[in-house]
Amino acid sequence: MGKTISEKILSHASGKDAYAGDLVIAKIDAAMTHDGMAKLVIEAFQEMGGRQLWDPSRVAVVIDHVAPSAYESFSKVHKMMRRFALQQGARFYEVGSGICHQLMIESGLVSPGGLVVGTDSHTCTYGAVGAFATGIGSTEMAAVFLSGKLWFKVPETLKIVVDGKLPPMVFPKDLILKIVGTVGADGATYKAVEYGGSAVKALGVEERLTLTNMAVEMGAKTGLIEPDEKTASYLASLGHKPQQGFKSDEDAEFVDELVLDAEDLEPQVACPHAVDNVKPVTAVEGKEVDQVFLGSCTNGRVTDLREAAKILRGKHVKKGVRMIVIPASRRVYKQALKEGLLEVFLDAGCAVCNPGCGPCAGGHQGILAPGEVCVSTSNRNFKARMGSDEAEIYLVSPVTAAVTAIEGKITDPRRLLKEA
Amino acid sequence: MVQTGGRAWKFGDDINTDYIIAGKYKLSITDLDELSKHTMEAIMPDFAEKVQKGDFVVAGRNFGCGSSREQAPLVLKRLGVAAVIAKSFARIFYRNAINIGLPAVECADTDEIDTGDLLEVDLTRGTVKNISKRKVYMIKPLPPELWKILSEGGLVNYVKKHGRLPW
Ligand code: SF4
Repeated sequence: MGKTISEKILSHASGKDAYAGDLVIAKIDAAMTHDGMAKLVIEAFQEMGGRQLWDPSRVAVVIDHVAPSAYESFSKVHKMMRRFALQQGARFYEVGSGICHQLMIESGLVSPGGLVVGTDSHTCTYGAVGAFATGIGSTEMAAVFLSGKLWFKVPETLKIVVDGKLPPMVFPKDLILKIVGTVGADGATYKAVEYGGSAVKALGVEERLTLTNMAVEMGAKTGLIEPDEKTASYLASLGHKPQQGFKSDEDAEFVDELVLDAEDLEPQVACPHAVDNVKPVTAVEGKEVDQVFLGSCTNGRVTDLREAAKILRGKHVKKGVRMIVIPASRRVYKQALKEGLLEVFLDAGCAVCNPGCGPCAGGHQGILAPGEVCVSTSNRNFKARMGSDEAEIYLVSPVTAAVTAIEGKITDPRRLLKEA
Repeated sequence: MVQTGGRAWKFGDDINTDYIIAGKYKLSITDLDELSKHTMEAIMPDFAEKVQKGDFVVAGRNFGCGSSREQAPLVLKRLGVAAVIAKSFARIFYRNAINIGLPAVECADTDEIDTGDLLEVDLTRGTVKNISKRKVYMIKPLPPELWKILSEGGLVNYVKKHGRLPW
């Protein structure tokens, strides 16, 4: 019987002929933790009697959630992480390096066909380059730190096929919001999601990362895209020699298949307070906003900044509105600097912050007051996530975010096409 | 393993990890006792204050969706919650709960349970007894691999006791 990418990777990593439903013990290729969880990981590792990491070269320790630290409590966590990582010889990413997921992709620790775990639910992002990657808790991570192994239930795969071409002003973020709205917040629980079709193939790797990033918003264990020449050349451009990876067999078994036509898609928005509360932007047009956030592991890459800068060039953010721009990594920051994108943002009146998670998970750099409305390019709009439980978060594409910042109210970016 | 004498605290579907413990607290407070005071704050502000040791959290579908933060099951355990009973769980929360020794119990009939109902959970028999309503509901048995971990009080305790990981 044929196999899916997930079945192949977990078979390879466990040395078993594994199919969906099987429980396997698999070897981990790389592991990541960040400052939101590292304290619990290190404490559990020590409590389990851990002295040495199973393989420090495969472990990344990242300071990104509250970076630089905004509280003494977190300064202590950072100090503990720094000491641990340096002592162990792990790969350590200091304040200002960027968001863990972006760094994992850039680091070469993630390769097609690899098995990667992180103490973060958006670890599923790495499937955009054909790795099986998933979020785990801190106690399990301590066990991985000790042994380099973990148990997995091989997931069934939900296939999502998107054919056609995305219309103007419609972006991969709109596509994934539409998908999450259709599948629902628990529609893919315990499953892997594999994205395919001509519209997905046409996307660059940076854009594919936006699709896999939000797989967990449907409950999925991971999101996957078959690796191709684009994957290889993207990773090569970062200085890595990628493995070839796996493709799903023609006769592989999928639990379900969702088929979408890209041509029909409009700009989308996830409305408060659930990621699957998705509507076309037109349904909430005119809603006044207080803050616009461009960044996060969903939409903080150069492609995203470029698209937003195109809109903001020569324009200014509406009076009374603040726009916060946070590149996903130092590499992204430097590239944006080189292309003059940061200057566009600065001239438009944006606050450009150092690489990291910023306000995405409510740590710092843009906490919302009661009654405030934030339009964000990130991946979650849960009540209280970015501050007050009386604030509202709307999730959109970088272009919808930029147009909204200029207008001061939620705006369909296709209006620009009509004006032109 | 029997948990007796607990009251139910009833929640709905899709209770995400930001509701259980919001990011703004998780990313500023590292002391678990302090952190647990904000449990469920956005959706049930007096929960942390009123919940008693041995009580149960009861919910609908997809409990614990969102972040992989282990602080979510940890604050519930710290407040004395004896088990979470839900129609279904998000996968990371489920693994985390078992790994810290907090029973996560799948039960299809949670619609029949209301806040204040007196419950008794028997993990060995696989039942939830609703003493207030004189009813018994079945729970989905835990896979043996996870039972091994839960019955030792979680993964850290397992390793301490056996000197090795269960796998
Ligand atoms: S950017 Fe947001 S979603 Fe991504 S890792 Fe950071 S806090 Fe999590």
